[in-house]
Amino acid sequence: MSEIGLKLALRRGEFSLAIDTVLPAGSVTGVYGVSGSGKTSLLSCIAGLAHAHAGSDIRIGDERLEGNGQWLAPEERDVAYVFQDARLFPHLDVAGNLEFALSRRHRDGPGLTEVSDWLGISDMLARRSSQLSRGQQQRVAIARALLSGPRLVLMDEPLANIDSAGRRDILARLARIRRELDVPMIYVSHDMAELAELADHLLVLDDGQLVAEGPLLELSSRLELALSHQEQAAAVVRAKVAEHDADYELSRLQFEGQPLWVSHLDLPPGTPLRLRLPARDISLCLEQPGQTSILNLLPARIADIETCGGSRVLVQLKVGEQFLLARITRKSVDTLGLAVGDEVFAQVKSVALLNDSLDD
Amino acid sequence: MTEALWLTLELATVSTLWLLVLGTPLAWWLARRRTLASTFIESVVALPLVLPPTVLGFYLLIAFAPQSAFGQAWEAVTGYRLAFSFSALVIGSVLYSLPFVVQPLQAAFRQVPESLLEAAATLGAGPFDRWRSVVLPLCRPSFLAAASLGFAHTVGEFGVVLMIGGNIPGETQVLSIALYDRVEALDFAAAHQLAAGLVLFSLVTLFLLYRSSGRWSVRT
Repeated sequence: MSEIGLKLALRRGEFSLAIDTVLPAGSVTGVYGVSGSGKTSLLSCIAGLAHAHAGSDIRIGDERLEGNGQWLAPEERDVAYVFQDARLFPHLDVAGNLEFALSRRHRDGPGLTEVSDWLGISDMLARRSSQLSRGQQQRVAIARALLSGPRLVLMDEPLANIDSAGRRDILARLARIRRELDVPMIYVSHDMAELAELADHLLVLDDGQLVAEGPLLELSSRLELALSHQEQAAAVVRAKVAEHDADYELSRLQFEGQPLWVSHLDLPPGTPLRLRLPARDISLCLEQPGQTSILNLLPARIADIETCGGSRVLVQLKVGEQFLLARITRKSVDTLGLAVGDEVFAQVKSVALLNDSLDD
Repeated sequence: MTEALWLTLELATVSTLWLLVLGTPLAWWLARRRTLASTFIESVVALPLVLPPTVLGFYLLIAFAPQSAFGQAWEAVTGYRLAFSFSALVIGSVLYSLPFVVQPLQAAFRQVPESLLEAAATLGAGPFDRWRSVVLPLCRPSFLAAASLGFAHTVGEFGVVLMIGGNIPGETQVLSIALYDRVEALDFAAAHQLAAGLVLFSLVTLFLLYRSSGRWSVRT
């Protein structure tokens, strides 16, 4: 796989988009931003559905999609696009929609049976899109995009307007697809939890400008970014399955040499995992508490403290080589006399497990 | 009388084919562009809806005359005179029925979501491919409606034909003209046959077309 070069500018009335970056090879890049930050415009330019201004340069490896006086039409780019609305062709059944992509592709790729299996749509091939739920339609749309033989897959909030069960299902399928398919992906969302499941690399867009970019694990715990100031702010970290406790139906994970207990996982010891630790579910103590119902207690060092205005404070904690975020009250900071560099204990009240095998 | 019936059918069929061939790209262009030029063309296409057919017929008669530039050019290219020929009737019918074909197609094309065409493009379909594989199947019922309207309107045409076609049996004497001819000759028995035949024929044609277009719209 090859790196993806993006250099483009676009202006529409008041709004302007300016991006100049290179996405690392073989990665899923998450694009995060609130609505109106230019995420969809960025994808439209990459797909060729919108014309970026002169001077743009978009390439996959050495192959140029536009730039240097060249401009490929969308149908010549081999860039697949999964839209927020599935956009299935209403005059064709599911099989017809998939065949539409398959019959027009000019590159090798996975076959119909394989892709239908990945997305669990093998039993709905004869149905029309009007007979499918939103989630099913989106699964077909993803299958259709993958069957077009893309060298890059763009996904624009594919899980918006889908119920939470449907979202979990599709996210798990996408995680599998990313393991099976050697095609880079750019995944746009305003939901960090969703991006944390899939993306290795992250671009943060604000008002058409790139305000941060880098490995997702690193960016998720950076205090100065808007990401960590949201209600659902969370650090994303790597851990490994260590052992299982059949009696209590728990599994012990290894996180920077520390144990982290979670409910039983059906995964062999040694399996790498990605975890999401919400900032609001981490509290701090100066001494190791004697008796507590909380299982997970991590020795940590305060790396940074940021007052976000009002009563609350965000604390960035360093555990080994990784970072956590804790949201506590300003009053607690003063009462405990917390300062950067202090050694503390972080009580972890909840651990969300993201899809497995992302970080091997 | 059978001669007039066949001539009418032939004229309506040939005109409908031409209407579809010319009307489709025109309707597509009008549906996708909104410029001063397109609005002007749209108005020109709609003129036969408001003008008396004799006005169009009058100008066509002048254009088709052997001494006119158009008439001479036609004769040079095809080798026969346009005035009072079957071809003149076809041209007149096509112009006269154009709004009946262009307007339903234009409305249908406007209904095709741009988002589906974008999806088709990202799946590798070029402009013509998108038109053939997305627009055409989605608009199939409207094509049938446009064709049936164009056909029925040509069958029912009188004024333009009278002005430019004259009354030549086997060449330009269509049913409506033949009926007029019989009434002028006070041959009311034959006029009754023609009038009733025309009513029956139109009714059957429309019924069959509506029934098939109804079937299509249910399917899509």
